[in-house]
Parts: sequence; C-alpha cells; structure tokens
Amino acid sequence: MKKVILSAFAAATIALGNVAVTGPAEAASGVKPPAQEWSWTGPFGTFDRASLRRGLQVYSEVCSGCHSLNLVAYRALGEVGFSEDEIKAFAAEFEVTDGPDEEGEMFEREARPADMFVSPFANDNAARASNNGALPPDLSLMTKARFNGPDYVHALLTGYEEEAPEGVMLMDGMSYNHYFAGNQIAMAPPIDDDSVEYADGTEASKDQIARDVVTFMAWAAEPELEERKRLGLKTMIFLLVLTGLLYALKRKIWSDQH
Amino acid sequence: MAFKFFENPVVKWVEYRMPVFSFLDHSLGSSYPTPKNLNYWWNFGSLAGMILVIMIVSGIVLAMNYTPHVDYAFESVERIMRDVNYGWLIRYIHMNGGSAFFICVYIHLFRGMYFGSYKEPRELLWIIGVFILLAMMATAFMGYVLPWGQMSFWGATVITNLFSAIPFVGDSIVTLLWGGFSVDNPTLNRFFSLHYLMPFVIVGLVVFHIWALHMHRSNNPLGIDVKGPEDMIPFHPYYTVKDLFGMGVFMLIFMFFVFYAPNFFGEPDNYIKANPLVTPPHIVPEWYFLPYYAILRAFTTDFFLYQIVSLGGFLMSAKLAGVLAMFASILLFLLLPWLDRSKVRSNRFRPINFWFFWIFFLDCLFLGYIGGKPAEGSFIIMGQIATTYYFAHIILIIPIVSILERPKPIPESISSAVTAAGH
Repeated sequence: MKKVILSAFAAATIALGNVAVTGPAEAASGVKPPAQEWSWTGPFGTFDRASLRRGLQVYSEVCSGCHSLNLVAYRALGEVGFSEDEIKAFAAEFEVTDGPDEEGEMFEREARPADMFVSPFANDNAARASNNGALPPDLSLMTKARFNGPDYVHALLTGYEEEAPEGVMLMDGMSYNHYFAGNQIAMAPPIDDDSVEYADGTEASKDQIARDVVTFMAWAAEPELEERKRLGLKTMIFLLVLTGLLYALKRKIWSDQH
Repeated sequence: MAFKFFENPVVKWVEYRMPVFSFLDHSLGSSYPTPKNLNYWWNFGSLAGMILVIMIVSGIVLAMNYTPHVDYAFESVERIMRDVNYGWLIRYIHMNGGSAFFICVYIHLFRGMYFGSYKEPRELLWIIGVFILLAMMATAFMGYVLPWGQMSFWGATVITNLFSAIPFVGDSIVTLLWGGFSVDNPTLNRFFSLHYLMPFVIVGLVVFHIWALHMHRSNNPLGIDVKGPEDMIPFHPYYTVKDLFGMGVFMLIFMFFVFYAPNFFGEPDNYIKANPLVTPPHIVPEWYFLPYYAILRAFTTDFFLYQIVSLGGFLMSAKLAGVLAMFASILLFLLLPWLDRSKVRSNRFRPINFWFFWIFFLDCLFLGYIGGKPAEGSFIIMGQIATTYYFAHIILIIPIVSILERPKPIPESISSAVTAAGH
C-alpha cells in the first residue's frame, strides 16, 4: 500500500515537473538546440573566468553595436575578477547624459562603475530605425528568457545558413537560421571565424566566440549563480545534519510506542 | 507533565492574567490528545502552515524593495535579484514557495479525500479548507502578475478576461478588475495591494481551520473514531517531533530547488518584460493551475458536455460554460461530505472506491498535462474526456459507489487494529 502511494506520488511529481518545464517549449521553438557543456552547470559549477573576459570582449566589439545590457552595472564586473581600475577604464569609454547641473542644463560625462552598461540606442524607436524595423532585444536576461537558454543562444549564433533552403522565401534583409522560431531572423549572421581578435591569444573560431559570449551572457543573467551554489551546499549540509538529528530524536521519543 | 512549567514564577504571573500557556498546551502541547496511528501523510498540514509563514516573511521583505509600477516593476525585481543583499535568495524562496505551498496543499487535500477526513463530523473543517485553497489561488494568481514579465501580463489578461463571459455585468466587472480598459498600471497596483492583503485572509481562514480541527481532532488512517485514551497519544512530544522531522525533509527538497534549480517551476517568458504588443505563442499559467486551465479550455462549442449544460447552446456561451466549469471543479468539493454517502471514512476499507480514488488522482494529473499543451489536435479531445471524467467522478461515481459498495469490516478500535497488525 505504502509503496503504491509513494510510487504514484513520485510519478506525479515527475509528470508535473515535465509539464512545467517542457510543455510549452516544444511548441514555442522550432528545432531543439544541441546540448553543450558549460562550466557553470552542476552543483559546483563556476563561470570560466578567461571565457567570461573574452565574452565581454565579444559583447563589446560585436553585440553592443545593437544590443543593450540594461540591467547590468559596470561595477558588477568586479564580482568576476575585474579590478577596480579595469572597470573604471572600461566604463570611461562610454558617455552618459547626466544632470541637470546648477544651471539646469543636462550634460555628458564619462560613465562610472555605478552606471548600467550604456545602451547603443537612445530608445527603442531609434533602435528599430537603425535595424530595418526590428528591435534588438536586451541581453541582460537572455539565457534565462529562453528554454535551454545557453544552448539556444549558442545554437542561434552558429546556426545560420547562407542561403535559405529551396521553397523558403526570405523577406528583405532577413536571414535564415535553423534555431530561430519561424527560421527568419532580422539579425544578420553576427559572428564568423576571427570576427574578433582575442586579447589573450585564444583562437577565435566561430564556435569559440559563441561559447565565450554565451558564458558572458549567462553571468549577466545570473550574477548570483556562484554564491547561490556555495550557499546552497552549506544549506544542504546543515539541513541534512539537522534532519538526521530530528529523525534520531523522533525514533527515541516514539520508541515507547512501537 | 502539563503543569511542570507552570511552576516558573514568570509563567505563573502571565498565566494568571492571560492563560497563554495552557492555551498552547491544549492546542499543540501535551494536553492535546491525538490518534496514535497518524502516518506521514498527516505531516502536510503543518508543512503547509510552515510555508505560509515562509511566504509571508519573504513577501514582506520583497515588498520593501519592489516597485508596483509598470515602468519599474520588472526592473525592481531585477534590482532585488542583483543588488539587494541576499535578494536573489529571498525572491527565489518566495517564487518556489508558491509551488511548494501548492504541492503541500494538494497532497493534504488528496490525503483528506483518501482517508475520508471530510466526513461527519469534520465537514466544516473541510469546507474551510476549500476556501483556503480558493484564497491561495487568488493570491498566487495576483502574485504572479507582480514581476510584470510577459507571462505575468498575458496570464493576467487571459484570466481577467474570463469574467467578461458573465452575462450583462461581465464587461463592467472586467473594467473594475483592471481599473481601466486593459491590464495596465492600475491593475498592477490593485493586484499588489490585494496580494499583500490576501495572505492575512488565509491566516484568518487557517485559524478557523485549526479551530474546527480541534473540535473533533484529527482523523486517522483507519478512519474510525477514537474509543478511549488507549487510542491516543499527546501531540507533544510525539507529533511535534514528527512534524519537525517532516519539515526537515521538506526543507531539504524545497531548498534544493531554491539553490540548484530555482527556475524549474517558472516560465522563461517571464524573464521578458511585459509587452502589450507582443503575445507569447503559448500562454500557460503556473503548473498548479494547469488542471483548471485544461477544464476551462475543454469547453468548445462541439463539446457534448457544453451542449448538455447549455441546452444545445441556448443557455450560455461555451466561454461562460468553461468559466463556470473551472470554478465548479473546486466548488463541488464543498458538497463532497454529502455526495459521499458511505459511513466508512478510510479507503483502506472501501475496495471499490479505492480504485476510483486513484483513477481520479491520475485524471487530475492528466488534466494538468493537457493544460500545459497547446489546445490543438488530439489534446482537445483528450482534455474533454478527462474533464468529463472529472465531473463524472464527483457527481456520479462518488455517490453511486458510496451507496452500492460493501465496505470491508472495520477494526474495533485503533489500538486493537495496531495490536492485530503485530506491533
């Protein structure tokens, strides 16, 4: 009896989980992106620091031409090994509008570590105007905002086809991508082999570039991930010991009842 | 035993003026006798209570850092995730706590159904429980709107629009819910206000739930009344320690999700800011609403159940029928104590109802599965069959089985059953 209930409950939990996780995914996107190995998955995963640095370089040199990163502040880079001077220098390359000053005028100044990553466009309309009517989405949460986000973004960046397959008509300025829902994407193929020249000398294959920028985006989306996993381990150990002790206590108190 | 700590002078002083300590002792202490054979399925009431407290505490802290405005809500949640000290932890606890709460309450509810805890004299206890479930659903729905992601916005749009199916006053009700003519800033503001209010309504209902519980005390796996002191043990220390152990196990599972799979129960679309101009390809509610969503969507114009209840489409639209069916799927539980005519509570002694219970349980899971699928192709017909069975079970199968079934012999008393089992 007990076994029946327990196995039914286990099946129920799994079924419900599947509904929640995969239910709408199958319908929403086209092809399932191939699973990749990432440094931050698993209970002890951390962001590969070298890859993350390269990823920032890719974002700065390629993506940031069109895509904003509105929710991330420059200072956050300090959490993943950038020094204060590096961050200051990096931020100072950008201009932000501040003010009003004492005369009531708005003024331009260099960005500071406390500022959010400066957007390439003043507003959505300006972004659309420069991108054939399409709005390049903000990348701050991209890997969390898609099913299998990191795999999906990697597949998308490397999943372009130079010519659409026979029978598929592309609209003006659109490209064909295997993994984009509907296969027609407004973003032109953003990367190719050697699109960037890595400061650390890593060979910049298309796959490597995609991996690095996905690592950077995964960090941007979940900057708390490493701390979360560290604290999680401590919490689980604490709870395991506590629950074990409670079980022993329960056995002792109930010993006169069995 | 009960009077040992009353010798403490401070306790004595307080007790003389306000009998807090004897109240506690009679409520969950050594003076509260409890059936001695409760199994681990009886842990889920206290677990639900624990999560209610966790939700209120984490929610109050979140509210200190949240901005209920369409221009800032999404960003303020991300501020909590990134800049508030341990904000990510508090938010992930609150987010997953909603799922944990529903898991506990659903197990609690099915436990009550399996062991007949809704039957005389515990009907009111059960009815208050149904109202707690309804209040939880309202709270969860409004809470899901607050992060102002795509699913927040479109879920709110779909669900509030359901009320427009009500004849004559439907549209006015929807306008009132929205505070305008679409889901917008006034909607977000009132949902935030009500989301903060409702948990305290739930606390109030829980007080009544426990009050009613303490009148006739817990049912038990045998479903028979306690015959005397030999059938009972004091709540403290036996069930306090058992509940604490259960909480430990539950926290292990709950915290695993919080720390290692915090977005397991969530929708990726909700990490995209609400955009009234872009409809997500598939709008799905949170997993705990999926069975009701399946029932709602089952009512198409060609569904025979709709043809029956609307007298061939004459009485109401399919949309209204779906909305009514969705609410009825829960409200019918209010009648369960009277639909079930059997005097035997526990399904251990009900050989036929036992199987129908499990079929109904699987039917609910299946409805949940259908609710997460797009309403197309064979999913529609499967959802309609499962919906039909859901109502057939409550309205037909339960009463008929309870009248026709010949229950197995029930044991004399709890202690005699325990002795017979060789303990």
